[in-house]
Amino acid sequence: MTTAPQMIGPGDPMLAVDAERGASLWQGAWRRLRRNPVAIMGALLVLAFVLVAVFAGLLAPYAPDSRQWSDEVTLTSVPGPREGNLLGVDRYGSDLYSQLLYGARQSLIIGVVSTLLGLLVGALLGVLAGGLGAKVDMFVMRIVDILLSIPSLLLAVSIVAVLGQNRYAVMIAIASAQVPVFARLLRGTMLSQAKSDYVLAATSLGLRRRTIVMGHVLPNSVGPTIVQATLNLSTAVIEVAALSFLGLGESDPAAAEWGRMLVAAQDRFASSPQLALWPGLAIAVSALGFTLLGEAMREALDPKGRR
Amino acid sequence: MLRFVVRRLALMVPVLLGLSILLFVWVRSLPGEPARSMLGQRATPEAIERINKLYGFDDPILQQYFTYVGRLIRGDFGESTRNGDPVVTTFLDQFPATIELAVAALLFAIVLGVPLGYWAGRRVGGWLDNLIVSTSLLGVVTPVFFLAILLKLVFAEWLDWFPTSRRQDARIEATHLTNFYVLDGLLTREWDAAWDAIVHLILPGIALGTIPLAIIVRITRAAVADVTGEDYVRTAYSKGLDPAIIRNRHVMRNALLPVVTTIGLQTGLLLSGAVLTESVFEIGGIGRYLFEAISQRDYPVLQAYILFIALIFSLVNLLVDVSYGVIDPRVRVS
Amino acid sequence: MSDEIIFGAGRDSSVAKSRDLSTEALLTVRDLRVEFGKKGQRTTTAVDEVSFEVRRGEHLGIVGESGSGKSVTSLAVMRLLPASGVRVSGHIDFDGEDLLAASEKRMREVRGRDIAMIFQDPMTSLNPVVTIGTQISEVVRSHRDVTKSEAHERSVELLEKVAIPDAVRRMKEYPHQLSGGMRQRVLIAIALANEPRLLIADEPTTALDVTIQAQILEILKLVVADTGTALIMITHDLGVVAGLCDSVHVMYQGRVVESAHRRLLFAQPRHPYTRGLLSSVPRLDTPRGRPLTPIPGSPTDVLPWAEGCAFVPRCGNRIDTCSAGPPPLAPVDGRTLRCYNPVTAEQNENPQQNLAAGTGEATSR
Repeated sequence: MTTAPQMIGPGDPMLAVDAERGASLWQGAWRRLRRNPVAIMGALLVLAFVLVAVFAGLLAPYAPDSRQWSDEVTLTSVPGPREGNLLGVDRYGSDLYSQLLYGARQSLIIGVVSTLLGLLVGALLGVLAGGLGAKVDMFVMRIVDILLSIPSLLLAVSIVAVLGQNRYAVMIAIASAQVPVFARLLRGTMLSQAKSDYVLAATSLGLRRRTIVMGHVLPNSVGPTIVQATLNLSTAVIEVAALSFLGLGESDPAAAEWGRMLVAAQDRFASSPQLALWPGLAIAVSALGFTLLGEAMREALDPKGRR
Repeated sequence: MLRFVVRRLALMVPVLLGLSILLFVWVRSLPGEPARSMLGQRATPEAIERINKLYGFDDPILQQYFTYVGRLIRGDFGESTRNGDPVVTTFLDQFPATIELAVAALLFAIVLGVPLGYWAGRRVGGWLDNLIVSTSLLGVVTPVFFLAILLKLVFAEWLDWFPTSRRQDARIEATHLTNFYVLDGLLTREWDAAWDAIVHLILPGIALGTIPLAIIVRITRAAVADVTGEDYVRTAYSKGLDPAIIRNRHVMRNALLPVVTTIGLQTGLLLSGAVLTESVFEIGGIGRYLFEAISQRDYPVLQAYILFIALIFSLVNLLVDVSYGVIDPRVRVS
Repeated sequence: MSDEIIFGAGRDSSVAKSRDLSTEALLTVRDLRVEFGKKGQRTTTAVDEVSFEVRRGEHLGIVGESGSGKSVTSLAVMRLLPASGVRVSGHIDFDGEDLLAASEKRMREVRGRDIAMIFQDPMTSLNPVVTIGTQISEVVRSHRDVTKSEAHERSVELLEKVAIPDAVRRMKEYPHQLSGGMRQRVLIAIALANEPRLLIADEPTTALDVTIQAQILEILKLVVADTGTALIMITHDLGVVAGLCDSVHVMYQGRVVESAHRRLLFAQPRHPYTRGLLSSVPRLDTPRGRPLTPIPGSPTDVLPWAEGCAFVPRCGNRIDTCSAGPPPLAPVDGRTLRCYNPVTAEQNENPQQNLAAGTGEATSR
């Protein structure tokens, strides 16, 4: 008979709706995400990226380093887009489009693995720091500080120098720059939750510390961690390219990689800008997808429901 | 306040100590015999022997470490294995270039970013806000080196509006006192030299500063939006204060807190980006030199440079924390 | 039912006599309506058909629960509502000037000087990074041509007026160094710095401890009497109103449902909502074991005003006419009333009797 009661005043209407339906934080977040065009766009970009990476073999018409048209490449020109080569040919005579597709695979694999690695190690450190008392905290955070005192790129470069130029080294290198971020995050959530009322309640009920941490505190940290991981994936994609750009990435020439494509394109830029534009754009767009998604998730999970 | 600073400086010591150990270990874990890698093509058994004696590579590890620390304390950071120049001298020579670039980038980011972020934050949801947010997103995800190449090629080579590389036109005779070219020009009143140096900084500064710009815009926007909704801003309006006072004393002074922290965190990005930007624009700063040192296994340079960089970092972070205390009285007590 | 028994110490009548209640209206609000709505969403009417008058030196109380629109009304008077997504219509006249038509520049002159406001939460209403002294002197310097030291002196004076000890030292302190009660006093000092003709107090004691509440109300009373400022006291607490206000307006779901002089309202409430509010207050002279008598239902059990009286779902006096259309505001029995079936004197004789015969039809989902 009547319409839903209007909560009068400039309060947040979303809070009222959630309270009404007793939605949990996750359900509320999911609903908000679904309606958010930015989130959808980010998700689509990420999906596209992942699909291209996974199915590069099927989607690419040629092998990335086939060099089959190298005889058509001159010092001043490179074949542009034409029949058979959607985006043209690169300076070595290989199909640009295929390289772009295979490059996604590299970026995805290295990006995902290094972020996961960084997350695991960082989260472990963070939980230890936050949950085992002040002394452990100081010790662990000093290690984190040391890692943080070196710019991430230099850190990555140093590690690759030691471990050699292979994809595993790159993964570890990028992961190491992410460890402090996750460590700080988890430590922060641990510490702030340690003071919260529900932890006090649980402790007073006689629950063991480990139970409290595993069963209550950690699940609450999942949200921000996922957001951070998504945002870090965006950085990782860029860092993979940056390392290649500096000549420190994967050395296997058969593996196409966007950063390396950029290096090769540098001196041909004036005559054939597309050689640099496509990989650069690919990097930016993939990173954008993760950033959009990550930011949207952060807003969706924000319990205050602010803009 | 003083106690706070002293305590923070004291905390820096274990960090730097740990870092020096790490660097020591790192150098010795690089593949290949240190001497052989350092000599490269010129590696003869006698040369290798000589290097080993000189750097003590054959001594027991612990002794090597103490020698290393001993030299550090005396300020002897060794010489570059490539050209024999004392590391400290080269660092001091090149360091200003990187600082100039970083300052240029930061200035660009702050002077443009804070007002943009403020406008966006005041008009959340409006078209200006959406425009600013979208553009800043693009700024965040564009890799520095891509942007650097792009800028260089479009504005320097195609349009010829700006110089393509280096810090100064070779035809201008400039005296260099501090190696901060802009400052030098001003100090010696060689205005053309100063101006020329500034012009050379524009493109690299924009390239390096774009990501910090984007981040500052976003943080300022969020902070301003948050603060504007706070009760004390409502109180300020109810007092009938001049809008400029409300903006400066009530909104910005509170909104700037997270912005200041962010600026401190940008230092890392700036240094990483400097390596890449210096490569593209052929600027002789520490970034590029460091990179070359890595590819050529110039260990003394590496050890020292990374340590110096870490020191700078920690000092900048300290500065940020101190300024936090200056801006926010609630922090001072702790 | 006399207010003295319910609420303890009554109004100090000597203070009442010394005030000069002129008959001229200082603030006239007529048919105020405030609507909120974002693009593409339904508009919410937070305030509708609200009219009242405040004379010089008069103390007016606006009573209602959360969501009744009382705060929005006061923000509308001060023109402090956001510019976008809000539509204010009606008439607000302050000392001969139409406030709704005034420019923003003109409103800046009015705010803090002619009309001042204090808000609910003192913990968040002061700028944390600016000294107390600056926050007081800035309002002085903003409206008067004084030097920095003159403003400083005046600020110290004001702090002493609101009984803050060691005022000079406090000037250099920051809000986090003061307790909640002290912060609210500072806010009162700020509001009265330029001796405004009207002070709007929006639930100034709600966020404070009960003992502090009494202190703040005392200070407020004294200070307002001292300067002869008119006062609009917005609250959900009838006790506050009883000790302070001359006339009372009761609001429900955005509209005024009853307006009367304090004594009349407390002695003989006519609107079932008012009646419910009064009888839900525990009394000291109730026999033990007698259950409390709250208003049944909840504020979300509402009939939109467009369809009838909003209080219908919770009203024990409801009749069919009530659901047919909204009752108009009409003069009844020495007051203004918006009700088709007011509470009778007999009903008022049995204060403990629950007006509603059950919770009634809950019309919300």
